[in-house]
Amino acid sequence: MKNLQMSIAAMLLLAVSFTNAQEKEKMNHDHGDMKMDHSKMMNKNSDAKAEAILSDYFNLKDALVADDTKKAAQAGTKLVATLKAFDMGSYTKEQQKELADIIEDATEHAEHISESAIDHQREHFKTLSKDITDMVAITGTKSTLYEQFCPMYDKGSAWLSTSKEVKNPYYGSRMLKCGKVQKTIQ
Amino acid sequence: MKIVKIIAIILLVAFVGIQFIPTTRNQSDTVPSTDFMLVNNVPETIQKKLQVSCYDCHSNNTQYPWYNKIQPVAWFLEDHIKEGKAELNFNEWDSLSSRRKASKLRSIIKQIENGEMPLDSYTLIHSEATFTEAEAEELINFITQLKDSL
Repeated sequence: MKNLQMSIAAMLLLAVSFTNAQEKEKMNHDHGDMKMDHSKMMNKNSDAKAEAILSDYFNLKDALVADDTKKAAQAGTKLVATLKAFDMGSYTKEQQKELADIIEDATEHAEHISESAIDHQREHFKTLSKDITDMVAITGTKSTLYEQFCPMYDKGSAWLSTSKEVKNPYYGSRMLKCGKVQKTIQ
Repeated sequence: MKIVKIIAIILLVAFVGIQFIPTTRNQSDTVPSTDFMLVNNVPETIQKKLQVSCYDCHSNNTQYPWYNKIQPVAWFLEDHIKEGKAELNFNEWDSLSSRRKASKLRSIIKQIENGEMPLDSYTLIHSEATFTEAEAEELINFITQLKDSL
């Protein structure tokens, strides 16, 4: 009996360490994918890279509008890669410093979005939206963007959209129309 | 029964064997000048709470429990600490930009509000790390103030 108890205890301990090791492997794997995307992006010019970030951001926003956690997570993963591929070479020293800061912060939020439940994704989307808005202020964009604002979510939260029509990413179907356009970015 | 015995012996050997795999320990005698407590005017009660509830995984110095020396517990802890420090290291607070600080403070507030931190696996053993409602409110107020002053 004692033997049996001991072997069960040992098995449990091994199982714990095994799952840990597996998790680590998964993380490394994700990293590898990121690198591949990075090299694919290298050929485009810097402006296109800012547009790529915006495009992923809008995919993420649309997924949150649609209450789609899985799609939002995928968009988050893609965003991590496009943020990494961003090239600051053509900007002034001061802009580069600011951009590096923005990218670092945005990357962290995108990472969290790629692995969280929807409430958490929305929390991070708020700060991410601020980062992306600040990025656009430096890089500019070829399309017209609308900064929209919902006064209800977390004491007031903004986001960017390519359309004038308000579709709320913080509440999705629960309160789709909550918010207004507070600024047009051209 | 014989097979059970053999399996038990194999597992026992494996268990003993992994005890010899070295782990890195998160310990440091010095507190760098970038530490959260040193650069911010943190009230004493909050300082104490942060130390007890957060610093084990979010600083360069962990107060290890005795069972940390046993594998695979030590691996489990090492992983948590590594991850915790990657997210937020209070010792290196002042090396962050204002944007990063604001981001981290916002996350701290959310984590405490939602009861996600400290982790359940941590408070299970460190019951003193749990936040009472009053303690949570005090911390959130302080962190909010700090964030608005950035």
